[in-house]
Amino acid sequence: MSQEYRLILKNADQPGYTTDMDCYLRHGGYGALKKALALPVKDLPDGKKMTAQEQIREDVKASGLRGRGGAGFSCGLKWSFVDRKSGKPIYLICNADESEPGTFKDRQIIYKDPHQLVEGMIISCFANDVHLAYIYIRGEMPDGARILKKALADARAKNFLGKNILGSGYDLEIYVHRGAGAYICGEETGLIESLEGKRAYPRIKPPYFPAVLGLYMCPTIVNNVETLAAVKHIVTMGSAEYAKLGTPNNTGTRIVSVSGQVKKPGYFEVEVGKATIGELIFHEKFGGGLKDGRKLKAIIPGGSSSKVFKAGEKFKLKRKGADGQMTAVEVDMLDLPYDFDSLQQAGSMSGSGAIIVVDDSTDIVSVLANLSEFYAHESCGQCTPCREGSLWMNKALHRMSHGHGRKQDADYLLNIAQNIQGRTICAFGEACAWPVLSFVNKFKDEFVAKGAADEAKNHGGAGPTNEMKIAASPRAD
Amino acid sequence: MSFTVPKELETELDELITHYPQKRSASLMFLHAIQEHFGFISPEAMEWTAKKLELQPINVYELVTFYPMFRTEKLGKYQIKVCRTLSCALGGSHALRDHFCQKLGLDSTKHEPQTTKDGKFTVEFVECLASCGTAPVVMINEDFHEGVSNQKADELLGRCK
Repeated sequence: MSQEYRLILKNADQPGYTTDMDCYLRHGGYGALKKALALPVKDLPDGKKMTAQEQIREDVKASGLRGRGGAGFSCGLKWSFVDRKSGKPIYLICNADESEPGTFKDRQIIYKDPHQLVEGMIISCFANDVHLAYIYIRGEMPDGARILKKALADARAKNFLGKNILGSGYDLEIYVHRGAGAYICGEETGLIESLEGKRAYPRIKPPYFPAVLGLYMCPTIVNNVETLAAVKHIVTMGSAEYAKLGTPNNTGTRIVSVSGQVKKPGYFEVEVGKATIGELIFHEKFGGGLKDGRKLKAIIPGGSSSKVFKAGEKFKLKRKGADGQMTAVEVDMLDLPYDFDSLQQAGSMSGSGAIIVVDDSTDIVSVLANLSEFYAHESCGQCTPCREGSLWMNKALHRMSHGHGRKQDADYLLNIAQNIQGRTICAFGEACAWPVLSFVNKFKDEFVAKGAADEAKNHGGAGPTNEMKIAASPRAD
Repeated sequence: MSFTVPKELETELDELITHYPQKRSASLMFLHAIQEHFGFISPEAMEWTAKKLELQPINVYELVTFYPMFRTEKLGKYQIKVCRTLSCALGGSHALRDHFCQKLGLDSTKHEPQTTKDGKFTVEFVECLASCGTAPVVMINEDFHEGVSNQKADELLGRCK
């Protein structure tokens, strides 16, 4: 099954395909919106009636669509949590703050097929009685913001947005809102604070579940770009057809970003679970394998926050046998199907769908040092364990990657990481602790050996002199 | 020091306020527009923004100090942002940044943003720019460049007039 299945990116890279409204319309654009708005009220066997909105929500739930941003939570279920009885307005925010290291899939949709996102968003807003929505795009995508603004203006001109959309009586406005370089804005409650014009300090849950107390303390839906684009296809195809794509509980397609030390880094849209990690890295149609003469050392399977896999690692996965019994099957890391559940069973996650490949020419300590510097820079500073811990880990790893490691550093790092995870308001605590926990545990011999070698080398020169050397050394890894 | 906003920009900002049920929400978009126009965000600009959005100056100041893209002093005419994070680092972004620094006479051992004496260029490391498949990537002002080799870097510098 090693091939792409282009559903969301069907048109994006075709010659001559542009971001213009006319081009999108020529390719059947806004057909799904017209279909959604025209859905007749359905009579149920029990005499009750189901509105168009309820039908779409039900369809999205039945499609099995899971969030493509990182958590992989059921989109339909997320929508079902929305408090529709509060009398307050309901808001929808598209999370286009793509900034998880390794991830570059939403960029493809925004820059190459923006109307697809806009259409998916309008349908999702209609289905959830939303009249005001925002696209929160990261500040470092100024062109993306311009492209989306134009797409929204063109949609307004065609009455796909605005008052009384296509005569349906439904009103909706969508605006583009730009972030300004903070990774934490990808966390949905941090994003909401940021959209309210504040520092992006995530809110504590409970009570601040966005579905109940989100933007301006009103019920709010936050969905990823790819998730919203998928909604358009669910409406076009119907949930049953959509659910045939992918594998059970892991339906649809997913855009996987492959980067790092492979021959052909890139983005590949595949049916969820139909390609293995090994295929995505080595197959000619995907990553194309490692550079000549190199061996695989590690992969980060779902964005930098996911736990690392070591080459040769084996996992026990629960599989349904021919007799219907669940049995445990041993699977090599490379043979793991790239889906939500398999990676979770293997102790990591598919996260934002980003694979970073590391080969044997690379020092694993410096890889972790690089990631830790990212998290130390991006911690919002609200919770002490994360604010302090991310910096301590970064300092220790910086020291190690600059020739001043100690034997006990491995355990020191583990101790800090263990004291961050589970002790913070948002999942950033886990995001910065998991790479450290998994790298150090799985490559412990290398971390200890590095520390021991440095100690032997620096023997006799310990003390303040070393500290001064470190302070003067470049921070570049 | 007085701070005046040209009529055209103020109209643009007034329009932005209408996008939100609460004025405060327009803060980030205000600061972007002001920075694009003036090159940086001065204390006077923060006070002006606060007044316009019916906030205290601290409410604006805390944003400028929190969000990495905002700056309080003028940087080079061309700002070169080199991605530092893992995929770009594996793709050679550290050597690329060193190359920029060498070409422009800057100290590559310094991590923070550095500006050339003539005020033309600023070079800095930034975190992931979300284009890891085309590492190493660089932004020069608002323009995005992928797969930047040393040779391509030289060409890009040559285009900065």
